[in-house]
Amino acid sequence: MNVTPDTPPPIQIRDLHKYFGELEVLKGIDFDVEFGEVVCLIGPSGSGKSTLLRCVNKLEEPTAGTILIEGIDITDPETDVDAVRTRIGMVFQQFNLFPHLTVLRNLSIAQRKVLGRDTEEAHGIARQMLDRVGLTDKIDEHPSRLSGGQQQRVAIARALCMNPDMMLFDEPTSALDPELIGEVLDVMRELADDGMTMVVVTHEMGFAKQVADRVIFMDGGVIVEDGPPGQVLDNPIHERTQRFLRAIEIE
Amino acid sequence: MKRTTRQKLIRYSLYAVFVGVVGATALLADWGKISNSFFNPEIAAEMFPEVLTTAARNTIIYTLFAFIFGFVLALVLALMKLSTIKPYRYVAITYIEIFRGLPALVTISLVAFAIPIMFQGVRIPGGTLGQGAIGLGIVAAAYMAETIRAGIEAVPRGQMEAARSLGMSWGKAMTFIVLPQAFRIIIPPLTNELVLLIKDTSLFFVLGTTIESKELTKFGRDLMTAKFNGTPLTVVALVYLAITLPMTYLVSRLEKRTAAAR
Repeated sequence: MNVTPDTPPPIQIRDLHKYFGELEVLKGIDFDVEFGEVVCLIGPSGSGKSTLLRCVNKLEEPTAGTILIEGIDITDPETDVDAVRTRIGMVFQQFNLFPHLTVLRNLSIAQRKVLGRDTEEAHGIARQMLDRVGLTDKIDEHPSRLSGGQQQRVAIARALCMNPDMMLFDEPTSALDPELIGEVLDVMRELADDGMTMVVVTHEMGFAKQVADRVIFMDGGVIVEDGPPGQVLDNPIHERTQRFLRAIEIE
Repeated sequence: MKRTTRQKLIRYSLYAVFVGVVGATALLADWGKISNSFFNPEIAAEMFPEVLTTAARNTIIYTLFAFIFGFVLALVLALMKLSTIKPYRYVAITYIEIFRGLPALVTISLVAFAIPIMFQGVRIPGGTLGQGAIGLGIVAAAYMAETIRAGIEAVPRGQMEAARSLGMSWGKAMTFIVLPQAFRIIIPPLTNELVLLIKDTSLFFVLGTTIESKELTKFGRDLMTAKFNGTPLTVVALVYLAITLPMTYLVSRLEKRTAAAR
């Protein structure tokens, strides 16, 4: 998309709170993402980073606060959230490909049913995106015939088919065997190089260090530290960040 | 006594009991009478082709209409039971509990006879087919609704989330992503339900039937009374089995395939 100085930023979150029953998992988050920025969210499990990501496309209903996607307030009940979601690609830890559909139909079904593209156009875009993740030869397979790494690359292609303005990744490599992580990270790195706006919840510190423009460390439902990877990962100011990074290094 | 000898003895005595019971039955039974009362070839021959062209045909048509009506209603009930709107849930739960608790014969009779009494002049159209299929469909819907609900809940939540994250509405996600997967899971139990319905169409006798609208059981029973012989029932039983056995075989095949696909 064409970004002018007047274009509102992709993600603006103000004072976001989220409760699961009595438990407050997000305790007042302020979080902005600029166009073309790659932001990595890190932190211990239960820190609220996945919940924050899932609030961005309203898979989780925020309890309080505002979330602006390209200037549109998705916490406003009048907003057509389905329309906003087509601009936000999402990649899940468990891939969540549709097992009853071939790869081609996985990639084309939402194009046809949501964007109203005809079959020919949808298939053309699907082929293009599949080529981008290097899996053209798997076009007629069912997902169960693919390795985890291939499934996740198809899932990325499926999200790209909607021509999103930004992509959310929820621990995209956590369910993968170690030898399959690299191929998924490579695809994500290329996306970042192409200028895609990305928010990535990850435990891959190497990826965060090389690819991220900003790293955010979350703990206990708040943002503890926010800055360029060189600062947050190599010279963290906060004691909690230091402790978390030490624990990960020992692993 | 050695352990193995003891086990052998137990085995042999179990065989001996089996042979004894079968032998005694064979010796004591009056085979002439049985063959004449249940396997009379002339009476059996007279039943054809009507037993197939009328009775079996009616049984199958009644079953299909009851199944289709029941299935559509069951789908609505299942979605109501999963709804976030409380009154819908309560209606679905109440419906399911009531019609699973009532004998099918009572429900069919209620539809056919009580509705015209309660609402003057209102009659379910379609005669035996209409009244029976709706009555039996109402019962079947209660059972199938639970099956469909379980099938929908067996589809991982991530499927709905992935579909919604692509911008699909709840309805589109349900139609194109969740339900097709749920139906794969529930085809075997739904086929079982179909077999039960085939047998339950025998209850349509309460509706009073003409020669044209008799289903298998009524057809066999009427002939049995007329001929004072059990052969018609034997023939009818064999026709039932010819319909139901292939279906139960199909179910076990499907179940194995589903199990293998996981």
